[in-house]
Amino acid sequence: MDLAVALARWQFAVTTVYHFFFVPITLGLSVLLAIMQTAYYRTNNEMYKKMVKFWGKLFLINFAIGVATGIVQEFQFGMNWSEYSRMVGDIFGAPLAIEALLAFFMESTFLGIWVFGWDKLPKGVHLASIWLVAIGSNLSALWILIANSFMQQPVGYVIRNGRAEMTNFWAVVFNPHIFEQWPHVFSASVTMAGFLVMGVSAYHLRRKGKYHEIFKTSFKYAAIYASIGTILVIVNGHGQAQHMVKVQPMKMAAAEALWETEAPAGESMFAIVDRANHRNFVDIKVPGVLSLLAHNNFTDPVRGINDIQAEYEQKYGPGDYIPPITLSYWLFRIMVGLGFLMVLIALYALYLTIKDKVDHNEWFLRLLIPSIFLPTIAISAGWIFTEIARQPWAVFGVLKVSDGVSLAVSPAELWISLIGYILIYGVLIVADWQLMVKYAKKGIEDEESAAHQPAPAHA
Amino acid sequence: MAFDLNTLWFVLIGVLFTGYFVLEGFDFGVGILLPFVAKEDEDRRMVINSIGPFWDGNEVWILTGGGAIFAAFPNWYATMFSGFYIALFLMLFGLIIRAVAFEYRSKSIEPSWRKTWDWVIFTGSFIPALLWGVALANILKGVPIDETMTYTGGFFNLLNIYALLGGLASLTVFTTHGGIFLALKTSGTVRDNAIAAIKKVGPIATVMVLLFAIGGYLFTNAFASLGVNPGAIPILALLSLLSVGWLINNDRFGWGFIMSAVTILLSTASVFMALYPNVMVSSLNPEWNLTIYNASSSPYTLTVMSWEALIFVPIVLIYQGWTYYTFRERLTKETELEY
Repeated sequence: MDLAVALARWQFAVTTVYHFFFVPITLGLSVLLAIMQTAYYRTNNEMYKKMVKFWGKLFLINFAIGVATGIVQEFQFGMNWSEYSRMVGDIFGAPLAIEALLAFFMESTFLGIWVFGWDKLPKGVHLASIWLVAIGSNLSALWILIANSFMQQPVGYVIRNGRAEMTNFWAVVFNPHIFEQWPHVFSASVTMAGFLVMGVSAYHLRRKGKYHEIFKTSFKYAAIYASIGTILVIVNGHGQAQHMVKVQPMKMAAAEALWETEAPAGESMFAIVDRANHRNFVDIKVPGVLSLLAHNNFTDPVRGINDIQAEYEQKYGPGDYIPPITLSYWLFRIMVGLGFLMVLIALYALYLTIKDKVDHNEWFLRLLIPSIFLPTIAISAGWIFTEIARQPWAVFGVLKVSDGVSLAVSPAELWISLIGYILIYGVLIVADWQLMVKYAKKGIEDEESAAHQPAPAHA
Repeated sequence: MAFDLNTLWFVLIGVLFTGYFVLEGFDFGVGILLPFVAKEDEDRRMVINSIGPFWDGNEVWILTGGGAIFAAFPNWYATMFSGFYIALFLMLFGLIIRAVAFEYRSKSIEPSWRKTWDWVIFTGSFIPALLWGVALANILKGVPIDETMTYTGGFFNLLNIYALLGGLASLTVFTTHGGIFLALKTSGTVRDNAIAAIKKVGPIATVMVLLFAIGGYLFTNAFASLGVNPGAIPILALLSLLSVGWLINNDRFGWGFIMSAVTILLSTASVFMALYPNVMVSSLNPEWNLTIYNASSSPYTLTVMSWEALIFVPIVLIYQGWTYYTFRERLTKETELEY
């Protein structure tokens, strides 16, 4: 493959995946913070205020790196994918502009108000500000997903003047795909925040410190939150997968490494892919289950990769329409497998909370700490899967990835920016990690936080 | 000047860039002055906290500006962003590290941690403040763009004299602007140092802006096509900059800030007016210029976006304005600091 295209793809993948390490925490935790602060507003119980301020501190550390890694994204389409921008910008640019105008302004402005306004604003106004941060950040997710949905399932456009031109804005906004995709991403974010709060709470619950009650309450909130999130993410994910069978059959065939159309189709549990020969060396399947998942019955056929490839050659001309199968197959499995593992963990946490047995379960509390990263791995696997398995298309059926790359950017310049981003982001992640761990462990403070402590006399 | 959707969007993007430079301009200036007007840790925190509630909302103006260029003029977005690749990468580097620095800087009491992040704030403010002027100058001057709307110039092409003049102009103007903001928002040693800094940098900014304006005649067609009298707006821009100097020397910092903002507004307007109806000028062949017509989206998209802007821009102005009102108090040694 062309070096320039490969480097541009790697860079987009690296920068986007890095960005999306942090964004789900913002999306899910902002809502949870707003819920906690609503409890404070209603009860006037100082415990809730301490709770909000503690989780809020972790939220802010994470939000900063979310913003920093997000700035690049707005520019990257033009910088690295100029021909893509020309081809679909008439449609794709609008959701991005709206995302900034509606959502980014809202979340950024009201976050400033929330951070600096604790003692300045009436309590109701201050509460409204954190709700607007939660709404703003989730609206931004909605609009960028509307843009991504256009890539997955192009609607509301016509090819004219050598490019895609928008014919129906509402069709673009209410793309059937977004109804599956946004709830799935939102529930994943709820899951992420739930596991983060459960894990950090678990750390403190084991230590039975001064603010044990606050962490028990936080745990309770998080267990409910994570339970809702994990159940919904699976339900929504299933809906999205069924939708994809109709709209991007090659993607789902790749997820299953299903080379030949089958009726009924079996669900693959383990496969070793033989890409060169368009088959699998090994494929252990459960009969009929794939038909069930795809079509809600045990009989209907599920189309195989080879069949779809032949159809696409007819439709789009000669070429390789098959995405990376091994990666698609295993990433999909990782995402789904972790999803089911997480729902078990969340429901068990909920069970312990209801039975008031959280304190007594040492091994489970210890398990919850590394479990903080399960949602991150699942989310990353899911995103890499869905983008990779759409290849070779950037916009499905309209524009291939290789045709979208910037012509003005040389491989040398690409190496500079790719390595540059990896280094910068690497340093920032280390700083983020250090601060998150430090403040997570520090727990709730009696007096003012370290941010209020002066450094020794000389700067 | 025909008043059509394309022109409307050209103006709107100009408005977004103007808003960005007026607002983020003082963020940059504050960040640049940080190591110089504040030596003690508490003073440095005062400086950072002066823009604490505002900087993130201010930065969104450029995200909106970039998004608006993408939506309204996809060819401009594509040609400029891919063409100015390394320059934009450097600017992003500055913006990225600065964004994290504000939040992370005071979260450890280690002096070495704080000092490092202070210099990150400086660097992350300095680079964009310089590069924006470089970018605007190059857009005005014209860069090698071929018949496929592709930039063919490379990075070093962008570092010509006119561009460097533009960069130094934006750098010094933003620094002065930030200094005046500090004079309004801080107290004590920081304020005194900020005022001293304005009095040093302000005159330099005036000279740089003059050189840039003269350079416009030497290096671009834009001003030449306007004649010896470039028109009211550019002249008013220069006059308002001079008024800033007079106001500062008479301790009128509130008016000084207003006139500094007006200077930035009129200067940005001058650039956009000189550019119109082009959006990118090709130094190879004027037939290969990108214009508000050949670079734009479809009329349908422009119409849809116009409704969006009409509804949401006033709302944003109201609540951002409210933020500035809410946090209008001057910071003192007693003020509780969040950053």
